[in-house]
Amino acid sequence: MTDKPTSPTTEGSDPGRRRVLAGISVALGGFAALLVGVPVLGAVLKPMVQKEPRVWRKVGAVNDFKIGQTVAVSYENGGTKPWAGVTGRTSAYLRRDTSTAFTAFSVNCSHLGCPVRWEQSADLFMCPCHGGVYYSNGDVAAGPPPRPLAEYPVRVNNGDVEILTTPLPIDGRVPKAS
Amino acid sequence: MFRRIGNWIEDRTGIGELIGPVMSHLVPRGSAWLYVFGSATLFAFLLQVVTGIALSFVYVPSSSQAYESLKFITENSPLDHFLRSVHYFGATAMIVMVGLHMLRTFLFASYKYPREASWMSGTVLLFLTLAMGFTGQILRWDQTAIWSVVVGAQQAGYVPFIGPALARFMLAGESLGGQTLSQFFALHVFVFPVLITALLAPHLWMVIRNGISEPPKRGKPVDPTTYKEEYHQLLEKDGVPFWPDAAWRDVVFAVLMIVTIVGLAITLGPPHLVDAPNPTNLVTEPKPDFYLLWYFSVLALIPHAWTPYVIIGGPGIVFLVLFLLPLFARSGERHPLRRPWALGAVTVVIVGIGAFWSLATWEPWSPRYDAPPLSAQTIGNVSPEAQAGAVLFHDKGCIECHRIGNDGGFRGPNLTYVGNRLDARELTWRIANGGYNMPAFAKILSAKEMNDLVAFLETRKPALSATH
Repeated sequence: MTDKPTSPTTEGSDPGRRRVLAGISVALGGFAALLVGVPVLGAVLKPMVQKEPRVWRKVGAVNDFKIGQTVAVSYENGGTKPWAGVTGRTSAYLRRDTSTAFTAFSVNCSHLGCPVRWEQSADLFMCPCHGGVYYSNGDVAAGPPPRPLAEYPVRVNNGDVEILTTPLPIDGRVPKAS
Repeated sequence: MFRRIGNWIEDRTGIGELIGPVMSHLVPRGSAWLYVFGSATLFAFLLQVVTGIALSFVYVPSSSQAYESLKFITENSPLDHFLRSVHYFGATAMIVMVGLHMLRTFLFASYKYPREASWMSGTVLLFLTLAMGFTGQILRWDQTAIWSVVVGAQQAGYVPFIGPALARFMLAGESLGGQTLSQFFALHVFVFPVLITALLAPHLWMVIRNGISEPPKRGKPVDPTTYKEEYHQLLEKDGVPFWPDAAWRDVVFAVLMIVTIVGLAITLGPPHLVDAPNPTNLVTEPKPDFYLLWYFSVLALIPHAWTPYVIIGGPGIVFLVLFLLPLFARSGERHPLRRPWALGAVTVVIVGIGAFWSLATWEPWSPRYDAPPLSAQTIGNVSPEAQAGAVLFHDKGCIECHRIGNDGGFRGPNLTYVGNRLDARELTWRIANGGYNMPAFAKILSAKEMNDLVAFLETRKPALSATH
C-alpha cells in the first residue's frame, strides 16, 4: 500500500502518450456504449412513436340500436397481442342519431381519462373521478374537463355498425381515418 | 480455528478495513430518537427488496394472467398471502418513514452546508419512492389498476410538447394492451430499484463523509467557513462511536417497525383486489393509494382553468423547490424555532395535505350515481306538479350533486331550503343556464318539466319540514 507508483518519467509514460491513451479509452468506451445503448433505448422507448394498425371493428348490426339512444359498446383494439387478454379490448359510447347516422364517443373523460357514465334519463355523461359532466353531444357541461369527449370514426357497412380503432385520445386529438 | 479463518478472510479481502471505520466513526451525542427515520427507511427498502423478490417467484406479469395469479396468491396460498401483505405494509412503512425522515431533516435544517447533496439526492429518492408506490399499485392489475394507468397516461399527456409521447410510454402503446403490464413490471422490479440503489450509495456514503448533523442549537448558525472545523472539534470532544452507541436506537426502532408491519400483515391482510381488469367495464371509480389520494382531491378542487398547469407544474415545482432548497439556504440558523418560515411551511403543507386527504375520503365533487329517489316523507304534501318535479329531481340527475334532506350529492348547494333563497324566476334561470359546476338544462328539460321541477324546488322551505 505504501509504495509509490513508479515515476511518470519511466520510458513510454510521458504525459502526451498518457493523454492519447486516456482519450482513446474514453472514445472507445463511448463508442461501445452507444453501439449497445442506442438500440436498447430505442427498444424501450419505441411505444412512444410506434403506430398500431387501425381497423374497422364491427360493434353490432344497425338495427340493434334505437334511434336517439346512447349505449356502451366494446371491441378489440387495433394491434392487440394475444397475451393482452381482456385488456386488449376497449369501449366507446355509440349513439344512433338517425336511421343511418351514428356518433361514437370516447369513454375517457378529457380531464384525466376516467370512464364517464352515460345517464340516460338525465341525458348527460358524468365522470366519477372529479365530477366532470358532458352533454349528450359530448360538449363539456360542467366541471374540470378541458375539452369535449373525443369522437371516434364510425360507419355503417353492409348493415353493420363499425368503429375505427383509435389510440387513447390523450390530447383530445383523434387521427382521421386514412 | 475460527480466528485463523477470520484472519485469512480479512487479509485477502480487507472487509473489516472497509467496514471498521464506518462502524466506529464518531457521531455527535444527543442524536437521539429523532435520527432513526433514515435507517428505518433503509430497512423498509431492504424488506421490500426481499419480499418483492419472493413475490416475483409466484406473480405472473402478464396483462391477461396477472390478476388470476394475484387471486391465487391472495386466496389459495397462505405464505404468499402473507408475503403480499408484508410487501404492502412495507411499502406503506417506507413512504411514512421517508416522510418522517424528510420532515426531521427539514426541521433541523440538516440540508445546510456541507450536507446539501445529501438532501438533493434524498429529494430524488423521495420521488423514486413514490414512483415505486404507483408502479406497485399498477401491478395489482385489477380494475382500479388499469384505469390508474389510463389516468396516469392522461396526466402525463399534459406535459408540454412531449406529453402524448410520455402517455404512450406509460401505456406501452396507443392504448392498454399486452405490453402495458410487462412494462410496469420492468419499471417496478428493475428500473426504479436500480435507480434507488444507485442513489442510495452516495446518499449513505455522504453520511460517513460529512457525518450526521448535530442537533441544532438556538443562536448557533451554520457558517460554511468554520462549520467543518467546529464539527470535528465537537466530535473529538464529545463524540461517541456510531456502533453501538447510536446504532442501537436504529436497530430497536427498525425492529419495532418490522414487528408492526408483520402484525398489520397478519391482522389486516393485503389490500383488497377489486374486480378483474376490464377496460369495457365502465362502472368503476379509479382512485390512487393513500399517499397520492390528497393530490386526487387537489385536481378536483382547483379552478378548472388551472388544471393543465397544476397537474404537471405542481409536482414539478415541488421537486425543484425541494431539490434546490439547500443551494438557496446553505447557511444560517438551524433551530426550527429560529426559522419561522420553515415552521410555517411545514404547518401549511401538513394541514393542506390533511385537509385534501380528508376530503378525498368522501369526494364531495363526485356524482352520487346511486342516490335513491326522494322519499314521500321528504317530498311532503305538495301539488301534483311539485310531485312530478320531485321525480324529475331524481331522474334528471339533480340529486347526484344536490342534497335535499338526507339524500343526494354534495357538489352543488344543498337545496333542502332552496325555496327560501330563490324564487321561481331565479330557479328557472339557474336551472336553464347552469353554472361553473352545473350543466345548463335548458335543452334537456321540456317546458313542462322545467315548471314541475321549479314548482317542487319552491316548496323546499323550513316551514314545510317542520310540519312532518
